[in-house]
Amino acid sequence: MTAPLAIDVEGLTKRFGPRTVVDGIALKVPAREVWGFLGPNGSGKTTTIRMLCGLLRPDAGRGTCLGLDIVNEAEAIKLQVGYMTQRFSFYEDLTVEENLSFVARLYGLPKRRRTVEETLERVGLAGRRAQLAGSLSGGWKQRLALAACMMHTPKLLLLDEPTAGVDPQARREFWEQIHALARDGVTVLVSTHYMDEAERCDRIAYIAYGKLLATGTVAEVIAGARLSTWVATGPGRDDVARTLAGVPGIGTAVFGPSLHVSSPDAEALRRAIQPVLGNPRLAWREAAPSLEDVFIHLISGAPRP
Amino acid sequence: MLAALGRVIAVTLKELIQLRRDRLTFGMILGIPVMQLVIFGYAINADPKRLPTALLSRDPGQIERNIVGALERSGYFRIVAEVSGQREAERLVATGEVAFVVTIPDGFTRDLLKGERPRLLIEADATDPAATSNAVAALAQLPRSALLHDLPDLVQAPPFEVLVHRRYNPEGLTAYNIVPGLLGVILTMTMILMTSLAVTRETERGTMENLLAMPVKPAEVMLGKVLPYVAIGYVQVAVVLVAARLLFQVPMLGSLGLLTLALLAFLLANLAVGLTFSTVARNQLQAMQMTFFFFLPSMLLSGFMFPFRGMPDWAQAIGEVLPLTHFLRIVRGILLKGNGLPEIWPEVWPLLAFAGVAWTVAILRYRRTLD
Ligand SMILES: Nc1ncnc2c1ncn2[C@@H]1O[C@H](COP(=O)(O)OP(=O)(O)OP(=O)(O)O)[C@@H](O)[C@H]1O
Ligand SMILES: [Mg+2]
Repeated sequence: MTAPLAIDVEGLTKRFGPRTVVDGIALKVPAREVWGFLGPNGSGKTTTIRMLCGLLRPDAGRGTCLGLDIVNEAEAIKLQVGYMTQRFSFYEDLTVEENLSFVARLYGLPKRRRTVEETLERVGLAGRRAQLAGSLSGGWKQRLALAACMMHTPKLLLLDEPTAGVDPQARREFWEQIHALARDGVTVLVSTHYMDEAERCDRIAYIAYGKLLATGTVAEVIAGARLSTWVATGPGRDDVARTLAGVPGIGTAVFGPSLHVSSPDAEALRRAIQPVLGNPRLAWREAAPSLEDVFIHLISGAPRP
Repeated sequence: MLAALGRVIAVTLKELIQLRRDRLTFGMILGIPVMQLVIFGYAINADPKRLPTALLSRDPGQIERNIVGALERSGYFRIVAEVSGQREAERLVATGEVAFVVTIPDGFTRDLLKGERPRLLIEADATDPAATSNAVAALAQLPRSALLHDLPDLVQAPPFEVLVHRRYNPEGLTAYNIVPGLLGVILTMTMILMTSLAVTRETERGTMENLLAMPVKPAEVMLGKVLPYVAIGYVQVAVVLVAARLLFQVPMLGSLGLLTLALLAFLLANLAVGLTFSTVARNQLQAMQMTFFFFLPSMLLSGFMFPFRGMPDWAQAIGEVLPLTHFLRIVRGILLKGNGLPEIWPEVWPLLAFAGVAWTVAILRYRRTLD
């Protein structure tokens, strides 16, 4: 490994009362890469990100962000990191422009007015500059928050579900922007629930119940799971889904007209679908597992606390 | 340093904008003083006993002892000092160490025995008429009570005259006492409430997460947040003083510049209390409850509601800790007595000490993380 690591943590653990919410996570994110951070609701993504930028104190583990210690040098980290919160946390009773000005002042940006002006233009908020942030639609709020956390040109972006509730067109623009930033040397860790976004990332990290279950490129994560997947297409898929739902070691997922059935044990899978293979209302074929099949498998296999 | 100043200004500007948009709060800030002024313009009475009294005797002897005995028997007076000169007596009244000075003039006994009806002079600190009026009324019985035992035949016709001088507030108007006191009450209320809400609001609305993620230090946030309220505090003072002048003709003898400076100590003490509350409260409702938890004892034990000297010792001890207690003495001293810095200093340093402690607690308790 020659590239410097923008995020380098290990054993990161956070407990809330008796519950271990993040459990010994190790992340090594090389500079200039775009990483997707995936996992079901409540799996600890937000908590992990908060520990990375010094908002929460880890109960165990240590590490650095941009070479700075996440516990002792949180103040210095804050200057170089852009953190976009999952929940909109700018001031709803300030206008768009006032919010940006406030942020610009806090970071002590030179040429404040110009910077704010350019930011407004770039994200298409110029026409809404005088609108109270609280009266923006959800998607526009996300764009404002994103613009605000990038204004000080951070070296590391920690984005917590930045595209939740954003329309497809804006999402595409967002991802183009992310990749442009990465080309300029910015490292990005972005949490998301969208599979298509995961596929746009250089690498992904998958977390469930506080444990990091897989990291790597999408292809590596898929290959690492060693899944066999069969796809059944046709009107009978719901019945089959119900029949197979209870079978241990087998994951099912419906995608439009098709049903994906996967298992790490190819033989067991074949035995399980044997009885329904002859169903005339379904066409079966063996296929490469999708990322989602892999995630479903990972969660089902993860030990629940 | 310059960067820190910039961040403080950023927070202050933000608070001002938010304040301006919050019409209700803004209205309250100006409405509360006027409302309270009208409500409290009328007095609340009480009957404090054993008021500290200084004795200035130019005629020592049996009669003097009889008079002192009678004063103490009345229950209203307690001789705490015997002074030898007028100047020292003045000082004791001005600093509030005594509420009365009893002067027995030269040749009092001689004149009394000759039947010339000498005068016993009693000076009363009438800035707080509620505190002294009953004691003054009790003086009517003094000659009889003093001489009944030793000189019973003199008691028939009043043997000597008791002359009462009400100092500072000759007509004993309660508004003189209440209105300057209101200044302190209103400031206590609004300063603590406003600051505790200002920080709690960030927690409640989730904006704290963003604020903590940005490179602004706790002390900068706190300073930036309280600055607007310092300004608001002064606006309230101006409103109350103008109203006090126009509605109640309250005199303003002392230096307003000195008052302005003393005010700063008082404001800082209260703002720090508000900030400390905001580090404990989880939401705005709790912040409000805690404010009232502090506000009520301040009202009751500071000498605003009830004369300080009428309270039991334990209540006075609590009262001595509260900023409002000291501020009341300062503001009444400056406005009604025309006190200067030397007279108010004994009340200023407790305020500064309180502010120092409260700020330390607030800064130490301010959350640096979301834990
Ligand atoms: N301050 C807190 N106190 C107690 N429990 C908390 C706190 N913050 C988070 N949790 C718990 O920690 C767990 C992980 O939460 P976290 O917000 O990190 O999940 P997430 O992966 O971001 O989920 P989502 O996809 O829904 O955003 C949840 O079960 C949550 O209830
Ligand atoms: Mg989350």
